Amino acid sequence: MRLMTKGRPKLDAVPPGDPRDRGGKIQPMLAVTSLKKHFPIRGGLFNRRTGSVRAVDDVSFVVLKGETLGVVGESGCGKSTLARLLMHLIPKDEGELVFDGEGVGEARGLTLRELRRNMQMVFQDSYSSLNPRLPVEDSIAYGPRVHGTSRAEAKKVARDLLDKVGLKPELFGSRYPHELSGGQKQRVNVARALALSPRMLILDEAVSALDKSIEAQVLNQLRYLKRHFNLTYVFISHDLNVVQYISDRVLVMYLGQVVEVGPVDAIYARAKHPYTKALFSSRLSMDPDDRIDEAPLTGDPPNPINPPSGCRFRTRCPFAEDVCAAKMPAMGTWVDRASHLAACHMEDVASGHSRAGKGQSPDAVKPSRPAPAALSV
Amino acid sequence: MGPQLTTSGTDAKAAPAPTRPLVEVKDLTVKFVSREATVQAVNGVSFEMAPGEVLCIIGESGSGKSVTMRALMRLLPKRRAVLGGSMRVADHDIRSLSERQLTEVRGSTISMIFQEPMTALDPVYTIGDQIAETVVRHEGCSHKQGLTRALELLQVVKVPSPERRLKSYPHELSGGLRQRAMIALALSCRPSLLLADEPTTALDATVQIQVLILLRKLQKELGMGVIFVTHDLGVAAQIADKVAVMYAGRIVEYGSVRDVLMRPTHPYTIGMLASTIHGGQSRDAEIEAIPGSPPDMRRLPPGCAFAPRCRYEEPACTASVPPPTSLAPGRLTCCFRAGHLTRPEPQSVIA
Repeated sequence: MRLMTKGRPKLDAVPPGDPRDRGGKIQPMLAVTSLKKHFPIRGGLFNRRTGSVRAVDDVSFVVLKGETLGVVGESGCGKSTLARLLMHLIPKDEGELVFDGEGVGEARGLTLRELRRNMQMVFQDSYSSLNPRLPVEDSIAYGPRVHGTSRAEAKKVARDLLDKVGLKPELFGSRYPHELSGGQKQRVNVARALALSPRMLILDEAVSALDKSIEAQVLNQLRYLKRHFNLTYVFISHDLNVVQYISDRVLVMYLGQVVEVGPVDAIYARAKHPYTKALFSSRLSMDPDDRIDEAPLTGDPPNPINPPSGCRFRTRCPFAEDVCAAKMPAMGTWVDRASHLAACHMEDVASGHSRAGKGQSPDAVKPSRPAPAALSV
Repeated sequence: MGPQLTTSGTDAKAAPAPTRPLVEVKDLTVKFVSREATVQAVNGVSFEMAPGEVLCIIGESGSGKSVTMRALMRLLPKRRAVLGGSMRVADHDIRSLSERQLTEVRGSTISMIFQEPMTALDPVYTIGDQIAETVVRHEGCSHKQGLTRALELLQVVKVPSPERRLKSYPHELSGGLRQRAMIALALSCRPSLLLADEPTTALDATVQIQVLILLRKLQKELGMGVIFVTHDLGVAAQIADKVAVMYAGRIVEYGSVRDVLMRPTHPYTIGMLASTIHGGQSRDAEIEAIPGSPPDMRRLPPGCAFAPRCRYEEPACTASVPPPTSLAPGRLTCCFRAGHLTRPEPQSVIA
C-alpha cells in the first residue's frame, strides 16, 4: 500500500469540520495539571507503608490538537506511569485532567467510558497486549462491540482497519496473535486502538521492541494514520532520534518530573536544562569518526523512592550550587506552542544561582551534534 | 578476509600481519532440531579476527548473531543444537574440547557478558564472592586473594565505593553498576577473547555511553579481542574496528567499520542504514523502510535470503546463494550485484 504523506500537517492543523471537536481550535486536546502518583512501599510489621515511589510528581502539561507530543526520559523517570495515568488505567493520587475542555471523571464532565472512546493506547509488548485466544479481527472488533455496535458492523470496521494498517484482512483477519510477526502484531494493536475512532492515541514505546527495518515501516504507517484519521499523538520513547523524527513538541522527564518542554527543533538545537543537554549528547552518532570519548554524565539516575531535595538532577549536574539543594526550580509559565521552558535555576534570573540569567550555560556539557550528513544513502 | 591489525580502517595498508588470527571460524552451521521443525539458525559463517581487535556483529533479531556467539563458547543445548564447520580460538579447537577442557577455557581464554546482568549474576552470592570464585577456580589461589583481586577489578571498572559493593548482592545495585560488575567478573582472569552479547541494550542512554567508553578503554589496555553483538548501528560506530552484518544466519557484508557504515555495498546494509532514523533526519519525508519481514528460519528461501525484500532482485539471486565477493582488500559482500549499487536511485517507499 502506497503511503501518502507529502508534507507534514501544520502544528495547529485542527481538523476542519471534525464533528467530534467540542472546545474549538485553541482548547488543548488534553490539559494535565499537577498530576501525582506515589506508589506505596509496604513492609515491616503489619505491612505498613514504609515509603513511596514518587513515580509521577506534580506533572503539568498540555497536548495540543493535531500535534505529536514526544515524551523522553530514562527508565524509571515515570514515562509509562504517566501514560497509564492519562488512560486512567491506574488511579491518580492528585491532579486534574481536562479532555477538550471537559474534566474527566467529574460531575457534568466526561465519563471514563467516553474518555476511552476518545483516547486509546498502544503498548510496547505487542504480544501480551493481544488476547491469544481471539483471532486478531475479533480483538479489533471487541471495542466497538462493547460500545454497542452490531456484530456485523464491528467486523466490517475491523477489516477496514486491518487494511488501513497495511495487513490484508482476508489473509490476516482470522489469524491468532502467535501466527503474526512482531511488526504485524503491533499493526494489529494500532488497528485495535483505532477501532473506536479515537481522537488521541498514546503510544507507549510502541516501536521500541521492533527491529529497525520494521520500526521504520510502523512509523511511516503511524504518520499516515495520523493524517488520515485526524489524530493527536502522545509518543513516549527512550529513542531520541525517533522522537525527533515524529514529534512536534517534546517533553523531557527526569525522576517523575518534567524538566523541559518545547518545540522539537528548539529543544534539540538549544536544550536549556543540563539534563536534556547531557541526554542529547549521549546519543550515538553513526559516524565512526565521531566517537564520544567522555561520558556527559556519570552514575545512574537516583532512586525515585528518596529523590534528592530541591532540583532532582543536582546530584549529577555539573552546575549544582547550594540553591539547587534548597529550592525546587519552577517551570515558568506556558504560553503557547512555541514556549520553550526548563525547570532549572539557571533559567530563572531571580533564583540566586550564580549562572542565572546568563543565557546559555557554557559548553561543559556538549550541545547536541549536527546530523551526520554522509548517511543520506 | 585477511587477518589485519589495522584499526585505522583504511584498507590501503592491508598487508597481512604476521600474527595468527585469534579467532578462526570456518563454515559454521547451527541447526536446532526438534520434532516439529529444523531451524537453520546459522548457515555457513566464516570469519577471522586478529588479537586485540573489536568485531561487531550487527543484525536484527533472529539473524543468528547471538547463536554464533554462543557456539563459540559451546553454550548451546547439546542435544538439540547440531553444529557444523570449525572454530578455533587461540590454541583451542572449540568443537573438539571435552567438557572438562571447556570449563578451563571458559572464563580464562574466552569470557562472555550478557544483555541482562540480573539473570547472568547469581542472586544469592555477593558480587565479591562471585568474582573471587572465578579467580580461585582458574588460578588456584586462596579465597582471600580472590577477594583482593575482586576489589581491584571493581576499581578497574570504576564502581564507586568498591569496598561496599564487594559485599552487596546483585539486586542491590543499579543497572549500570550491575553491568560493570559483570564486566569485572568477565575480565577477572584476563581473557584473550571477550564475547559481548548486547551488553548495553538494556541500559539508559546516559549509562550506555559510560559502559561503552569503559569497555573500549579496557579492551585497549588489556589488548583483548572483543566480539560485540548488537543491533544498534550507533553502538557499532562507537566501538568497532570491523563490522560483520548478518542476515538469516549468514554474514552478508564484512569490512572495517568506516567502510560498512559509511559506504555500504550490500542491499540489506544499505536498506538498514536508510531505515535507521538518525539525528537531523528530515521530518517531512518518510523513512525508507525495507519492505516485508525477515524470512522464516524454518523455511529459508533458496538462494539469497534477502532476495524477496530486495529491490535489486534478479533471477540469479533465487537460483543460488551469492558467494562472498571482495570489492577491496579486507572487504566482503555476498551479493551478485555488489559494487554496482552503492548509490541507489531514490525510490518511493512501499511500506
